[in-house]
Amino acid sequence: MLRFILRRLLLALPALFGLMVLTFIMLRVLPADPSAALAGENATPEQIAAIRAAFGFDLPIWKQFLIYFGQVMRADLGTSLFTNRPVAADIALRLPATIELTFAALIFATAVGIPLGTLAAVWHNSAFDHIVRIVTVAGLAVASFWFAIILQFTFSMEFDILPLRGRLETGIDPPPFFTGLYLIDSLVSLNFTTFLNAIEHLIMPAFTLSLGGLATIARFTRAGVLDTMQKDFVSYAKAAGYPERRIIWVYVLRNSVVAATTQIGLLFGALIAGAVAVEWIYDWPGIGSYAVQAIFTSDYKAILAVTLVVGLIYAFVNLAVDVVLALLDPRVAETL
Amino acid sequence: MSVDDALLAIEDLAVTVGTDEGKAEILDRADLVLRPGSIHGVVGESGCGKSTLIKAILGLLPKRTVVERGRVHFEGRDLLQLSGDAMAREVRGRAIGFIPQDPFQALNPVFRVGDQLMESLRWHGLPGEEAPLRGRVDRATRARHRAHLVSVLSAVQLPDAEQALDRYPHQFSGGQRQRLLIAAALSTRPKVILADEPTTALDVTTQLQILKLLRELAERFGLSMIFVTHDFGVVAQLCDTVTVMYAGQTVESGPVASVLGAPLHPYSRMLLACHPDRAVELAGIPGAVPSPLKPPSGCRFNPRCTDARPVCAMARPAVTTPASQHRVACTLYPPDADPATRAA
Amino acid sequence: MLLLKKFLRDIPAVIGFAIIVVVVFIGIFAPWLTPKPEAVFDSNIMARLKPPSAEFLFGTDNLGRDICSRVILGTRGALIVSLSVVALAMAIGVPIGLYAGYTSSISGEALMRLVDIFLSVPQLILALAIAQLIGRGLQSAMLALALTYWPFFARTVYSETRRVRHALFVEALQGLGASQARILLVHVLPNVASPVIVRATIGMGFTILTTAVLGFLGIGASPPDPDWGLAIAESRRYLPDAWWFAMFPGLAILVTVLGFNLFGDGLRDLVDPRLRRSR
Repeated sequence: MLRFILRRLLLALPALFGLMVLTFIMLRVLPADPSAALAGENATPEQIAAIRAAFGFDLPIWKQFLIYFGQVMRADLGTSLFTNRPVAADIALRLPATIELTFAALIFATAVGIPLGTLAAVWHNSAFDHIVRIVTVAGLAVASFWFAIILQFTFSMEFDILPLRGRLETGIDPPPFFTGLYLIDSLVSLNFTTFLNAIEHLIMPAFTLSLGGLATIARFTRAGVLDTMQKDFVSYAKAAGYPERRIIWVYVLRNSVVAATTQIGLLFGALIAGAVAVEWIYDWPGIGSYAVQAIFTSDYKAILAVTLVVGLIYAFVNLAVDVVLALLDPRVAETL
Repeated sequence: MSVDDALLAIEDLAVTVGTDEGKAEILDRADLVLRPGSIHGVVGESGCGKSTLIKAILGLLPKRTVVERGRVHFEGRDLLQLSGDAMAREVRGRAIGFIPQDPFQALNPVFRVGDQLMESLRWHGLPGEEAPLRGRVDRATRARHRAHLVSVLSAVQLPDAEQALDRYPHQFSGGQRQRLLIAAALSTRPKVILADEPTTALDVTTQLQILKLLRELAERFGLSMIFVTHDFGVVAQLCDTVTVMYAGQTVESGPVASVLGAPLHPYSRMLLACHPDRAVELAGIPGAVPSPLKPPSGCRFNPRCTDARPVCAMARPAVTTPASQHRVACTLYPPDADPATRAA
Repeated sequence: MLLLKKFLRDIPAVIGFAIIVVVVFIGIFAPWLTPKPEAVFDSNIMARLKPPSAEFLFGTDNLGRDICSRVILGTRGALIVSLSVVALAMAIGVPIGLYAGYTSSISGEALMRLVDIFLSVPQLILALAIAQLIGRGLQSAMLALALTYWPFFARTVYSETRRVRHALFVEALQGLGASQARILLVHVLPNVASPVIVRATIGMGFTILTTAVLGFLGIGASPPDPDWGLAIAESRRYLPDAWWFAMFPGLAILVTVLGFNLFGDGLRDLVDPRLRRSR
């Protein structure tokens, strides 16, 4: 297993290196004058010249890349024009919020999507199946930012049962820092008021974000279960006298979960992308709203750093998915 | 030969399936008699309905198929009348064991072999014991199940039986997997074992080994088995009695020596003449297997039969018994004198 | 004919197709279909934030403009943008995928590694960064979307080309001395066409969504364009009073994307028998 993880890690490295080259090109090569770009729209020529010297833009490109490479390796992603703090520190501060949000969405999508998809397949062509199909296709067609606004309008403004924005109510202090995930930290520190408040704040953003993922997982589980039920080992299991329910909920589901798990890796990319608008609307202090802020303030360094960090997380999640797959399906570990 | 001394008997079974192009008659008049302690071969080309026969016995006919007529007698009951639940609880895996065609596809790749083989015991119990209630097994029962499986695995000559249970299907060869599946079928000591071309997916050497093993197991445990194959050679090696099927109809049945030595039906004769000892396909017989959507009237073989007469296309030929226990459905032979035997 | 018959039996796909026909019709004839053409761009403070009524079917926005007319006009914009983005992405991705898949040369391999790099970041994030880099505005948003969407086409075409290339008939043709260009054009391209068409159909819906996000974040269309995403962004300030302001542009997105998704799913089932069982 360890060998599998190491080999899989090795496979992920070239793409990550490529991503660094890509962000470097976008940062230094593409803009006609990167110093001007870095300095922002209202910079004076003196400021631009100072930046050019400070960042070594007069050096040959390959030397610049080496410097950039070294900086990234030391987690030095530059200084944000907007917050005036190191971008790496900004991102580190905001990353737990995004992780909490995306994982809550992912867990919800999986926990609901897999049973929904399985039942739809078991009751193939029933009314339930048709409803699941309609809901899942619609779930992929909804613009999440619009859905977020509609939810806010309904549940916060009209009925006032869920908070409009943020991670915690003003006046409630964040729990002591262990993981940065408020739900876990407040539980660990036995702070139940904070815990409940954090959950209240998490419900709408996580639900908004999970909609597309839920639809995808339900669709793939449904297709996977239908496909697996045609397999010889299922007809064998019936002929060998296993009870029908056990065949579906243990034997078929396990194989279909393998198929759905492959999707979860790809899904995570969609979740992070979706988090940009969703965090912005719910004022969720994660890297998504940071990216939007960076866009509004033309903060190149910040937005490219976000790109790089997201690529890194994405690669890591896909690695984790492959490890889970290898655990679920013994053949996977042997093919790599 | 009558239904009374049979362990399992199929009588005048007709099965149709609805397709996009209409209703297809996949079984029309299928008869079969299995006597206790014997191995009965069912031989015919692909598409002649032999697999449907097996599925009908197990109550696992696919969707859109309809049993039009017929009975499956087993232990004083008609299996076709049993509920799906009763079939799952009392018949499949308990009274009737099953060996599948393709050992490469029959085991779920993501579960350990032991967990899958243990499943039959969990739902049907050890031979001679009650099944655990709702499949709940405690640790001690599980250990006894495991020990029993290990002994069955050594009976099918699988090496390292104890370790084998903890491995995954893909870690075994085809022959080893077929041994695992034979062990699974044997583990609950069923009264009848149905084997659906269990050697077709294997290479020739492995085929021979598996056949030898089945013969040995049959003698050792006194197995009663229905063995479906398209290969007369396999029938000669393994079976005591045989049924020949053509296009969903039983054309001939009887003791292997008699049917293979002196075939009565023109189809069996042509089939055996093509290649006396080996896997026989219909290369040597002019014409093609008829479509089940529009089967020929009367004897379904009549368009290809060299002995065909006008009467053959008019009505299904009656079953006669020209030789001892050797029955044939063909107009070439005079009807039986005793109507009692005809009814069988 | 048989395909058409099969397609007509797939009711969701037929619904999707019907939606697309209607949406495209609205897109083409938008300027003549607006119920209140005078209230599309000109603000009318007297009529601002009026709820839906017989006069203003979907109500009016913060500047008193007719939301229904703007949604209809926005259809045209959304279709033009997503069509150009998908066409441009295809124009880049399909030749690259064909080249890399057919020649199996080092440069082809390198191109596919480039595809991997592009796919290692979620498309929207990369598009945000690129749009930011090349400047604001609808054109640069479109360019950014195309520049980040072509890898999907390249990968689809690549794997399909590889599959066809190793198929027996292509090897036989090579043995017969058929020219490379002829094999590629006459034999490989038609086989690649159906997965590309499926991907393009679903890509249309997907691009309408991402364009809307960009518009919402203020990177795409700019006022006073009747853009759906932009309208939803503007509407936020007038909630909860003017719910219609946010509602109707969002519904327009939902229905349009739904049409492309349903139709694309149906197409995929038609051309890919491996997935047909899934419905």
